[in-house]
Amino acid sequence: MYRYDDFDRQLVLERTEQFRGQVARRLSGELTEDQFRPLRLMNGVYLQLHAYMLRVAVPYGTLSGAQLRQLGYIARKYDKGYGHFTTRQNIQYNWPKLAELPDALLDLARVEMHAIQTSGNCIRNTTTDQYAGAAADEIEDPRPYCELIRQWSTFHPEFTYLPRKFKIAVTGAPNDRAAVRVHDIGLRMHQNAEGETGFEVIVGGGLGRTPFVGKTIRDFIGKNDLFSYLEATLRVYNRFGRRDNKYKARIKILVHEIGAEEMARLVEEEWAQIKDGSLKVSDAEIAQYIAQFAPPSFETLPDDDAEFARRKVENPGFAAWVRSNVVAHKQPGYAIANVSLKPIGGIPGDATADQMERVADLADQYSFGDVRVTHEQNLVLPHVKKADLFSLWAELSNAGLATANLGYVTDIIACPGLDYCALATARSIPLSQRISERFGDLDRQHHIGELKIKISGCINACGHHHVGHIGILGLDKRGKEFYQITLGGDASENAAIGKIVGAGFSEAEVVDAIEAIVTRYLEIRDAGERFIDTYRRVGTDPFKEVLYGDR
Amino acid sequence: MSLQIVTANRLDDGLVVFMTANHGWSDDIHQAVLAEDQAHADDLLARASTRDQDIVVVGPYLIEVEASEAGIVPTKYREVLRTKGPSVRQDLGYQAGQ
Repeated sequence: MYRYDDFDRQLVLERTEQFRGQVARRLSGELTEDQFRPLRLMNGVYLQLHAYMLRVAVPYGTLSGAQLRQLGYIARKYDKGYGHFTTRQNIQYNWPKLAELPDALLDLARVEMHAIQTSGNCIRNTTTDQYAGAAADEIEDPRPYCELIRQWSTFHPEFTYLPRKFKIAVTGAPNDRAAVRVHDIGLRMHQNAEGETGFEVIVGGGLGRTPFVGKTIRDFIGKNDLFSYLEATLRVYNRFGRRDNKYKARIKILVHEIGAEEMARLVEEEWAQIKDGSLKVSDAEIAQYIAQFAPPSFETLPDDDAEFARRKVENPGFAAWVRSNVVAHKQPGYAIANVSLKPIGGIPGDATADQMERVADLADQYSFGDVRVTHEQNLVLPHVKKADLFSLWAELSNAGLATANLGYVTDIIACPGLDYCALATARSIPLSQRISERFGDLDRQHHIGELKIKISGCINACGHHHVGHIGILGLDKRGKEFYQITLGGDASENAAIGKIVGAGFSEAEVVDAIEAIVTRYLEIRDAGERFIDTYRRVGTDPFKEVLYGDR
Repeated sequence: MSLQIVTANRLDDGLVVFMTANHGWSDDIHQAVLAEDQAHADDLLARASTRDQDIVVVGPYLIEVEASEAGIVPTKYREVLRTKGPSVRQDLGYQAGQ
């Protein structure tokens, strides 16, 4: 795991003290709100419906046990005992006081954390595969490159005032768990014909009011050239991205307007000027970062553990959790354990201070002190011995953290929605809770199989509804909450934007509508088909039929 | 036309507040001063938006309300939520103290 050097430490501490001065000047009246707002936003401080909100960066979704424990401490000391993990692999606190925020940031700095790059029109916190460094299907751990992107992008003077925010996601595995095709830049690691490892560069993906799947502008860029290529891409965006209209300012609009081919030409032209400059990263430098993310000291174990197998046979609850929440690890005898933050009827992504501390302890005990945050709002213990899975599951169960629903219909992404967010037009969380309760029976969920429901409380799409197998968008229709359903979205390597199925539904109707869609799917699916497979085969018509009949 | 009041978030702790008759601020909506016409509402908003108020509150704006013997209730659900707290955490926000 990456550890701060003196430069990182000084940078974060200086930034914290600078913000302390800014807060003092705001509270004394020396700064107006208009002057202060951009400063607080650059430090992750928003003003939401009920109070301030602090968004803390979790770079590439990786936390140590000590860091997660500190997040729990901050939840208890500065907030109301809980936090909310987001689709950006970050955590948000909903009730901090402005005057106390500099102290909260100092407490974060003590564990090498901060709120930089969580707001503003800069390059935001880079996201990646939550199973990085552990996944059996991985080509290479993407986090050394994410860390290099963090260092290149943090306070980059040229890219601090971009036309709009800018999000980069990286996957090191062919099975894309980081939704790279719906980011401003998505990087997909793969190998070229010569067997060298590099990245496909996908540009102009995004959700929000104008969703697009990104376009490939370069099939392969070598590791050494990645950073100059990113710089060239950002330069083209910074120069040609629209600044006249906030809603047309993201790079996706530029790529859509000029086309991927022209975008590629402009980037190549810029890159030709800078590719042999200071951003060319040597193999030796890359090796230093790879060493920072060296695998933990795994024991040499057989892949099969007799005790693990016996426990599954004896305990159906454990077997169900293994079936849904445990994923293959690259190291024989180890597994990846997902910790669901989606208890039936609970609030997606919320964790109490006690739960954060509990998971931190379990990470130290069972997973080399390594924890991940997923963009689907769950946590992961990435390196657990198969022989330890039963004990881990038992301890998670005691903490209310062993819901066996990963990837199932109740593993719902939901943005904070109108319960917290100043931009929202409808509530998301109560709808996710009602759907979760409707489908809460575990056997029923397993029978339905993989089904990703994603709910956003406004068109900004923080809940990723466009890429939900079933997406739900909450709107305000004449003062009433109203929900529009999309079908067929997909955030994976087969990324697709969902299609609106028809007229929307009232708050009272929408859960029945979702159940009708699921029931129809069960009636018409072929053997082995997931919901998304059936949808791709049959399209929207069978679902429209059950939702609207002759309407 | 409907009644209006001025609401904002308090600068130091960010909590929701409502402008009172003496142009101060209360966290109790029932203490809010009601504007019965647009001119009065505009005047209240102007008084809420001065440099002096900028070190007390953030982002003042007008909301529509209904007033009865039971008190003042916003007409929009968003504002109802602001007077109470998250509907999904009824142990938090002003509703927790009711």
